[in-house]
Amino acid sequence: MLTLFYILSAITLGTAFLTIFSKNPIHSAIYLVLCFFSIAGHYLMFNAQFLAIVHIIVYSGAIMILMLFTIMLMNLNKEGEKSKNAWSQIAAVISFCLLALVLLATFIKAQQPEYNYATKGADFQSIKVLGQVLLNDYMVPFEFASVLLLVSMIGAVLLSKKEHINN
Amino acid sequence: MENILEQIGIDNYIYLSTLLFCVGAFGVLYRRNAIVMFMSIEIMLNAVNLLLVAFSTYHQDAAGQVFVFFSMAVAAAEVAVGLAILVAVYRNIKNIDIDNLKKLKG
Repeated sequence: MLTLFYILSAITLGTAFLTIFSKNPIHSAIYLVLCFFSIAGHYLMFNAQFLAIVHIIVYSGAIMILMLFTIMLMNLNKEGEKSKNAWSQIAAVISFCLLALVLLATFIKAQQPEYNYATKGADFQSIKVLGQVLLNDYMVPFEFASVLLLVSMIGAVLLSKKEHINN
Repeated sequence: MENILEQIGIDNYIYLSTLLFCVGAFGVLYRRNAIVMFMSIEIMLNAVNLLLVAFSTYHQDAAGQVFVFFSMAVAAAEVAVGLAILVAVYRNIKNIDIDNLKKLKG
């Protein structure tokens, strides 16, 4: 299991880096799909099957198709992008290293001396239990999420209507 | 039903999520292409989701996974509106290089 975790983590981090370093946005999107699939693999290792399926459908299906369509609509599938100037790139690398250093150091130092991996014995992440929790305890946020999706749908249609700003 | 975290340990997941979040932040800082910046934001959101699921398994509580569902719904809404804004920007300035979007700078 630990080997599987390391392989999946290597795929996740590697494809995330490749997403950022690819010159071509289409390649970035493909690497991001691989990254999402490896995260779904992590969810499957947690035995959260429903969440893994929803993750694949929403992220690898809906969101990435939306991004790929936008890339093709804007005709960006070529490698002509100028990169930032050298100082901005060096600053980005330095801030990445510092952020990773600070966060990792915090979490390593803040470790509990021992963890308690108690199991309840009950099934807590099957579709049945999740549906009961979602529709009993989180009924109101669930309805608000539907309102949010409706609003974002109308907003996207309104924003992308043909309209030119003069000058 | 055994706990997978007994074999792997929650700390490994904390380190993985931290690194993934840092990679996403690095992508936002490093690239000029607005779509790749969007993808980096998705990577950051996924890092947080992964940690939520890990702690939901650690506490054997389904509430963490329900939060991940809501987070996914918000991410989908964010991407839809954000890409619509990008399309509108592209119609007006013919590229989506964020260095050209500094009219508010004065």
